[in-house]
Amino acid sequence: MLHLGTPVEIQRPRGVPLTKKQFYVENKPFTCLDGSRTISFDRVNDDYCDCKDGSDEPGTAACPNGSFHCTNAGYRPMFIPSSRINDGICDCCDTTDEYNSGAKCENTCKELGRKEREVLQKMAEITKEGFLLKQHLIEEAKKGQQEKQSKVTDMQGNKKQLDEKVEVLRTVKETAEQPEKEAKERHLKAWEEQKAAIRLEKDKAKMAEAFLELDDNADGFVSVSELQSHAELDADADGTLTETEAQGLMGGAEQVDTSTFESVWPNIKDKYHSEVMETPPDEVKEPVVDNDSEPYPEDDISEEEDEEDEDDYHEDDDKVSCGCVQAPPTIKTPEKNHEDEEAMPSYDADTQALIDAAQKARDDFEEAEKALREMDDQIRNIEKELSFDFGPDAEFTYLYSQCYELTTGEYIYRLCPFNRVSQKPKYGGSETNLGTWGSWSGPENNKYLLMKYDHGTGCWQGPNRSTTVKLTCGKETVVTSTSEPSRCEYLIEFTTPAVCQEPANTDLSPHDHEEL
Amino acid sequence: RKSCAVPSSPCSCSWTSSSVLLTFAVDRGNFKTCDQSAFCKRQRALKPGQSPYRALLETLELSDSRLTLQLINDNNKVHLLLELYRLQGNMTRVKINELKPLRPRFEVPDVLIAEPPTEPLSVLSKDDNGVVLSLGAKNQRLIVSARPFRLDIMQGPEVLLSLNSRGLLAFEHLRLHKDTDKEEDGLWEETFKSHTDTKPNGPTSISLDFSLPGVEHVYGIPEHADDLKLKTTDGGDPYRLYNLDVFQYELYNPMALYGSIPVMLAHNTQRTMGIFWLNAAETWVDISSNTAGKTVFGKMLDFVQGSSEKPQTDVRWISESGIIDVFIMLGPKPSDVFSQYASLTGTQSFPPLASLGYHQCRWNYNDQEDVKSVDQGFDQHDIPYDFIWLDIEHADGKRYFTWDPHKFPQPKEMLQGLMDKRRKMVAIVDPHIRVDSGYKIHNEITSKDFYVKNKDGRNYEGWCWPGNSGYPDFTKPEMRAWWSSMFAYDQYEGSMENLFTWNDMNEPSVFNGPEVTMHKDALHGKWEHRDIHNIYGLYVQMATAEGQTQRSGGVERPFVLTRAFFAGSQRYGAVWTGDNAAEWDHLKISIPMCLSLGLVGVSFCGADVGGFFKNPSTELLVRWYQTGAYQPFFRAHAHLDTTRREPWLFGPENTALIREVIRQRYALLPYWYQLLYQAHKTGMPVMRPLWVDYPKDTATFTIDDEFLIGSDLLVHPVTEEGSRGVTAYLPGAGEVWYDVHTFQKHNGAQNLYIPVTLSSIPVFQRGGSIIPRKDRVRRSSACMENDPYTLYVALSPKKFAEGELYIDDGHSLNYDTKKEFIHRSLTFANNALTSSNLCPDCNFLTSSWIEKVLILGASKPSKVLLKMDGKETPVDFEFDTSMSVLTLRKPGMNAGADWTLLLQ
Repeated sequence: MLHLGTPVEIQRPRGVPLTKKQFYVENKPFTCLDGSRTISFDRVNDDYCDCKDGSDEPGTAACPNGSFHCTNAGYRPMFIPSSRINDGICDCCDTTDEYNSGAKCENTCKELGRKEREVLQKMAEITKEGFLLKQHLIEEAKKGQQEKQSKVTDMQGNKKQLDEKVEVLRTVKETAEQPEKEAKERHLKAWEEQKAAIRLEKDKAKMAEAFLELDDNADGFVSVSELQSHAELDADADGTLTETEAQGLMGGAEQVDTSTFESVWPNIKDKYHSEVMETPPDEVKEPVVDNDSEPYPEDDISEEEDEEDEDDYHEDDDKVSCGCVQAPPTIKTPEKNHEDEEAMPSYDADTQALIDAAQKARDDFEEAEKALREMDDQIRNIEKELSFDFGPDAEFTYLYSQCYELTTGEYIYRLCPFNRVSQKPKYGGSETNLGTWGSWSGPENNKYLLMKYDHGTGCWQGPNRSTTVKLTCGKETVVTSTSEPSRCEYLIEFTTPAVCQEPANTDLSPHDHEEL
Repeated sequence: RKSCAVPSSPCSCSWTSSSVLLTFAVDRGNFKTCDQSAFCKRQRALKPGQSPYRALLETLELSDSRLTLQLINDNNKVHLLLELYRLQGNMTRVKINELKPLRPRFEVPDVLIAEPPTEPLSVLSKDDNGVVLSLGAKNQRLIVSARPFRLDIMQGPEVLLSLNSRGLLAFEHLRLHKDTDKEEDGLWEETFKSHTDTKPNGPTSISLDFSLPGVEHVYGIPEHADDLKLKTTDGGDPYRLYNLDVFQYELYNPMALYGSIPVMLAHNTQRTMGIFWLNAAETWVDISSNTAGKTVFGKMLDFVQGSSEKPQTDVRWISESGIIDVFIMLGPKPSDVFSQYASLTGTQSFPPLASLGYHQCRWNYNDQEDVKSVDQGFDQHDIPYDFIWLDIEHADGKRYFTWDPHKFPQPKEMLQGLMDKRRKMVAIVDPHIRVDSGYKIHNEITSKDFYVKNKDGRNYEGWCWPGNSGYPDFTKPEMRAWWSSMFAYDQYEGSMENLFTWNDMNEPSVFNGPEVTMHKDALHGKWEHRDIHNIYGLYVQMATAEGQTQRSGGVERPFVLTRAFFAGSQRYGAVWTGDNAAEWDHLKISIPMCLSLGLVGVSFCGADVGGFFKNPSTELLVRWYQTGAYQPFFRAHAHLDTTRREPWLFGPENTALIREVIRQRYALLPYWYQLLYQAHKTGMPVMRPLWVDYPKDTATFTIDDEFLIGSDLLVHPVTEEGSRGVTAYLPGAGEVWYDVHTFQKHNGAQNLYIPVTLSSIPVFQRGGSIIPRKDRVRRSSACMENDPYTLYVALSPKKFAEGELYIDDGHSLNYDTKKEFIHRSLTFANNALTSSNLCPDCNFLTSSWIEKVLILGASKPSKVLLKMDGKETPVDFEFDTSMSVLTLRKPGMNAGADWTLLLQ
């Protein structure tokens, strides 16, 4: 700092850093730093490139691969490509790169140094505080993790018990169900038999009724001609029941009495229509179109396709999926009017007792099984959370199941770490998925600086949307900016204490003392 | 930038077409075939050998340099007037119009730089069958045959070219609708897709055929995505010239593209000729050849047996309206044809040096921050560039001449940032104007009544990027003058002297118009759009370039890139090949497309590096940089939907490869600049087919996968995926070529197999040439202004070499107005390299000097002396025996001085 205001005369060839000064000895032959050749010293910085590695021209632009060192007292020293020497653009804050170009450069090192120190100081403060916060986060996360771990352990213990309970109840249930099943079957069989008897009675009554009906002249006999009046009995479906056909139905007899009619009845009963009962029992009712049963599946037209079609000018692409296509009408088949409408009689007391016992066993079993499933879910959720890579010290744990928003001119961006990123128009409109959690994707030395979210909503003629989240140290956890550097590839800048590094040292002086 | 494909709907954007997801190709159905263009169909239906035209020899009038003669169509008795001119520089002009047209027919203005100077014609003999005229020089005669009418241009006993030899002259005279003999489809109205073209003037088309005996190779008539050598069109569509915004164009077919230059060159080992058909209406060109179907063996057989039939190419031009006005350029050398055409339409504008550097473009750089970070990216990766470009999204709602207030709130700050780095910017200004009463440009055009009108006389409106848009009538000189004035710094807010312009969509593109362009019955004053269509884009660039010149008070050179063009567009700036794609075939086609343009005057040509649509593979991107760096206009560009592809995004190895080739470009800038100067002065193309310099070597006639830059660099880019080697043809028996990377010497007249890796770019310097380079590559060309030169002297087998060195300030017009430049001839002969002044009355001082001289193919001298100002000083040197390269160390003379280097 003492030298400010007067140019510092450095006794070494222009553009050479102090560390390499030893290789440039005035008036002694110079050997290219790659050892490729030795030249006289007057060829060092003579604006002609002699060394392949560019080392003979540290202070001129002669070598394509050379580099120039500026001391930048007050700021920090740096190397610039030698192509930037005397190119009319001020690169070194100490102006030493523009010694012969006419460019008017001002020494800005002091100012830059001051600004940098300020920035560094601020950064250091943030880092310090952020790092403290991070310690808390780590502690909390560790605590939380342990809690969850032990909870899982507990739950796994409970689960074991529950497992056993379920097994016991399953046995109970199965034991109770066997007698239940047998009793029910018995009951059913009895009922079937009863039903058959009833059906036989009914048929007989119907036959008698038919006989009376057919016996038009009430002579106690059904004759061939009387039978012929029932055209529906026509066997060859030509519309008329001929005499021969009728005779055939009557087993060759001219007429039959009530008892003989018993053998004729099976031939005609399926087709026979009573003249009295005008409405045939099995007439199909008016079909019922049920619009509710198959709602028009609106979801089937994907939004994607819709968007494309809007802009599509290809005539041959008229694959219009308009709303006019109806789901095929569903016809509700009416319940058959069964003759025996009578319900099965209720169970006897013994059977009912068996059923009640079995039902209780079933309920108990299902309840236990449900509890087991719920516990499984809980365990799985906790295990899933525990399986995330929340950083070397679990410092990112606190971001889990949180969401952070940033509102820009047009959109609201929403970042839910380890879950998804989305974008929603500020003034209405549907949300777009900008990617779901993929992985940490920072550089090899610290992968926790970038998060990658991918497989978001597809872009037209492009990739699926994806987002990179860049994490920087900050006291607060907040989305600071969003951008779309490439179509459908988003970048979110996000500050969090979780990436704050331990402050390296307290010395904020940036410049290399050695260089002064 | 981009094209829109939806012709009918007022859609936000056409580039969303679902079929594109399946196949990447133009939708051919949007564009007419000859059969769908009524006049083309009519004309093509005419059969050769039935010409109804007869010359009325008794009407012949000959003034000093103008011959007139009436022709009659014996079918309908309509009289035509033929005018013949002998033009200075070995050209003949043939004009045919109706003798008494119902209304004037359109004659294209503003293409010829002046009324071409004529030479006297004289009648040698005349009888009932015809007239023989002397064409002055070299025993050339023009024979006018009366029945049927026909013209033959002869030299000695040899017919060079014949007109109407196949009898396809057809001139549809203007008529009244009621007088139409028969109601034929498409005469008074024609419909294509949903668009109806009302044709108030009825049929107006014209056609003429040309025969070229002895010619098997014809070139030119850009723009088509096709091979350099034009193909015969029998059985297919003719080559079409109609400026169109073709969405995702297809390769290797005769479909029209963005620009049209109706100039064809014919070449054989004896002679090169040209036909310039000056007509701005929709034009179709048919080509047939009597040898096209023949195999090499068949041709050889003909030759051995004493060919019964001389090879011949027949060409037929068909245009929808206007008159026949054709310039026959008789060569005989390729360079003669170039200077002949240049004498008619002018030469390539001399661009600012910086525009020969590398251009970084993308649709779009999102905002000022983005521009800044891309700019910094180049410095971080030590890659030079000169221009960064802004596409349509930079403007406020696609209102050109404005800036988006959120994304580009401080354009001057941004431009100043670039200027501090000695870099520049281009912002797009398209000719469609948003119809918006809050937009100054629209309001002024409206109040000045400068818009193109529709057939009913109201302002023509169409859909383009901003939505509903008007189209300024650039054919009006007052409109152009006003447009130019809009580039003044106080008019174009946020502009600065390092902001330049890009004219896109100037075909003009009309998304909902027929074939994505303007309706033919729209009106430009009294002329229909039909008459002027192909020249609209030229006018846009003309007015823009003029505006840029004016804003500097006539001091600075403009830089304007255009997509649409016409004959004469070369005078206004650069052209690129439009919306190509990231495909290997598109990389390949960039070569013949730019070569074809170069042959007809447009030297400053390039293709979007990387390919506009789709994402290139890394290998393709690297190869494209390697190719683009050796083409005149070198700009990377990408579609909005592509992923970012700045040169450093593909890993350090590929960044290094791209950096290396951009550096090669910058090192060669002095050579490029000198070639552009030469093109500007002489019309010689910068990027050339080999046959231009080796016109007698038939092996070169169809080569379009390699090319020459000037006469001295031969480039064979690697354009095959996964290539392990290329075979380059090195022309010139008895000549030698030096690999510019290794200095390895190769003999001419051979096919040389060159093994390649991803870093290889096969480039050779011709033995006998001297190329000045600036090997100190910096951030931008401006930063290299005062840097020293290295001379690459490549000796011929006779130990001779020559070259030139051109130096000026790189950006002003003072080279022209004040002769402020240095132009030197460099000659190596008799072991002495001498720099002598080619322009003794020029004055320009440079601080550049000669830092190094490499002499390739040299032998080792014992001593090297620099003779300058009467003094002799020794010069240090090194000699590389293995490659015979002599390096003279730091001779140090000023680049503008007289000097001689003596090898002893």
